[in-house]
Amino acid sequence: MSTATDSTVTGPTAVRRPAASSPNRVDARLHRGAGRWVVLALAGLFGLAMLSPFLLMLVNAFKSAADYSQNGPLSLPTEFYTQGLVNFWNRTDFPMKLLNSVLISGAVALLGTLLSLVTAYAIGIGRIKGRVWILAVFLVANMLPQEAIIYPLFTMANAVGLSNSQWSVIIIFTVIQSAFGIYLLSSVLTTFPVELLEAAALDGAGRFRILWSVVYPILRPTLGVLMVFFFIWTWNEFFIPLVMLTSNATQTVPIALASLQGDRLMDAPTINAGALVSLLPALVFFLIFQRTLTRGVTAGAVK
Amino acid sequence: MTTTQAPTRRRRATWVPYLPYLIPGVIAFVVIIGYPLAMNVYYSLFRWKGGLAPMRFYGLGNYADLLADEAFWTSFRNSISMIIAMVIIPTLIGLVLAAVLFDYLGRRFGPRVASVLRATYYLPQILPVAVAGVVWNWILNAQDGAINVLLTGLGVADPPDWLGNPDLAMPSVMLVLIWVQVGYPVVIFMAALQRVDPELYEAAELDGAGWWDRLKAITLPQIRPETFVVALTCTVAALKVFAPVYVLTRGGPEGTTLVPSYYSFLNFFDKSKVGYGAAVATVLTIVIIVVAGVILGLQARSERREREGR
Repeated sequence: MSTATDSTVTGPTAVRRPAASSPNRVDARLHRGAGRWVVLALAGLFGLAMLSPFLLMLVNAFKSAADYSQNGPLSLPTEFYTQGLVNFWNRTDFPMKLLNSVLISGAVALLGTLLSLVTAYAIGIGRIKGRVWILAVFLVANMLPQEAIIYPLFTMANAVGLSNSQWSVIIIFTVIQSAFGIYLLSSVLTTFPVELLEAAALDGAGRFRILWSVVYPILRPTLGVLMVFFFIWTWNEFFIPLVMLTSNATQTVPIALASLQGDRLMDAPTINAGALVSLLPALVFFLIFQRTLTRGVTAGAVK
Repeated sequence: MTTTQAPTRRRRATWVPYLPYLIPGVIAFVVIIGYPLAMNVYYSLFRWKGGLAPMRFYGLGNYADLLADEAFWTSFRNSISMIIAMVIIPTLIGLVLAAVLFDYLGRRFGPRVASVLRATYYLPQILPVAVAGVVWNWILNAQDGAINVLLTGLGVADPPDWLGNPDLAMPSVMLVLIWVQVGYPVVIFMAALQRVDPELYEAAELDGAGWWDRLKAITLPQIRPETFVVALTCTVAALKVFAPVYVLTRGGPEGTTLVPSYYSFLNFFDKSKVGYGAAVATVLTIVIIVVAGVILGLQARSERREREGR
């Protein structure tokens, strides 16, 4: 996890360093005493407790069923056994689930960000009349329980021939996720430098031109954060895919794992192997985009 | 900003041309959220088995039935447990952890140590909660779960059935939810603390203020805005919680971990009582909007007070 460290840190260290180095007394006092090691040990133990489910999963993902039933969940595997992984991979047709998840999350990230940008352009830059109320509606939409729309959506998907189709899930999540995106981008855009817009308008750029050649390039970092968010959120979604995607060929990764639960043929090592490969894509994605993401969590909180 | 000086007629003209950019979003929201939400309320006025079955008008009968339904009341009582596990405890732990990482460990061992610890606390937040729930389901398993094997090894003769015992199932689910949630307030609060001038802490320390004094005088006031954000988002999430309950207990044993979202799901797709499920979902929606409104109101009041105090 060491790559997960150097994002938000750079700011405060840069600020703090001069202050900490000037009065040497403070520095010296801070580095004295055994108490700090106790606190560090406690914080470290808490971290270990947080990680322990993952460690248990990792250890048991590479055990054979015989090894597991003989030595239990707490021992290290006697051999590096990968048949559990292969079992899960084949039984769930994992590449297909992976493809479904990537397709759905990727499409939602792209379309949701696009819809957020265009709508927020009208609200934040265009300052549409009644925009406070429009934003309030989006805010409420973001809070709605999915149960309150699922049955009609299910019926509608059937009516238009999108039952058990990834497209139904893509369309639904594009709208649900962009509720947050519109809210965030609108508040960012209300502080957009007016001089830039006026200069572009003087140069004869139309509204569409201004959106793509002035607003979009400046917003790109924020849009990147939004896309990462939308991707991970959609990847992790459970309820709507569970209801809408009813066949093996359309299911996403989390549903595939959960639906194997309670299957008598799935022993504990196989379940753990399955959990491991189901977690990996989200983990890899997180590590790749860690810098963008930590910035985004913060940005989302202040807005 | 500059348009405020312009005459009213010109100002009106400036926003109208932007309307086309609003239209796709409005259509999308009406079709995907507005219309289904209205239809759900409409369904809740009927007795309906779903699909092609006949819909029989029932008025507010479903809602009247809810009032007499013990499972319905249990599910909302359990929402309080969810709020304790997903809002109150994580916020308190997160507060202490963020303060310890930022004000204590970060300054004694460097920011790198603090960020590594923060990342370990945050990890459960980024992974699919359903997958984490499947792992926990196995860890808490009565026969070969890691916890009970450990307990047996320590000499406990009859370790409990964590998810199968009606008295223990809810505390076990709550434990998992605390584990899932705790990293979120830590990250948000640490980000908030980075706005504090570090010299403020140093000056307080030189004046002899202990760690607890600094927490009360500097840290808590500083993170108040973020506390409201955390309280709002986590409370809404706690009221909506579905996947952990689905993979851990399916609302059992004996309905002790039933939550509103799972209860409405059960009625929709398991019991084929669509109108009844729609009524549960409608009540849940109203509860969420009211609770969110209360939190937003408290936030506005707190901000007002802070402005007046200055």
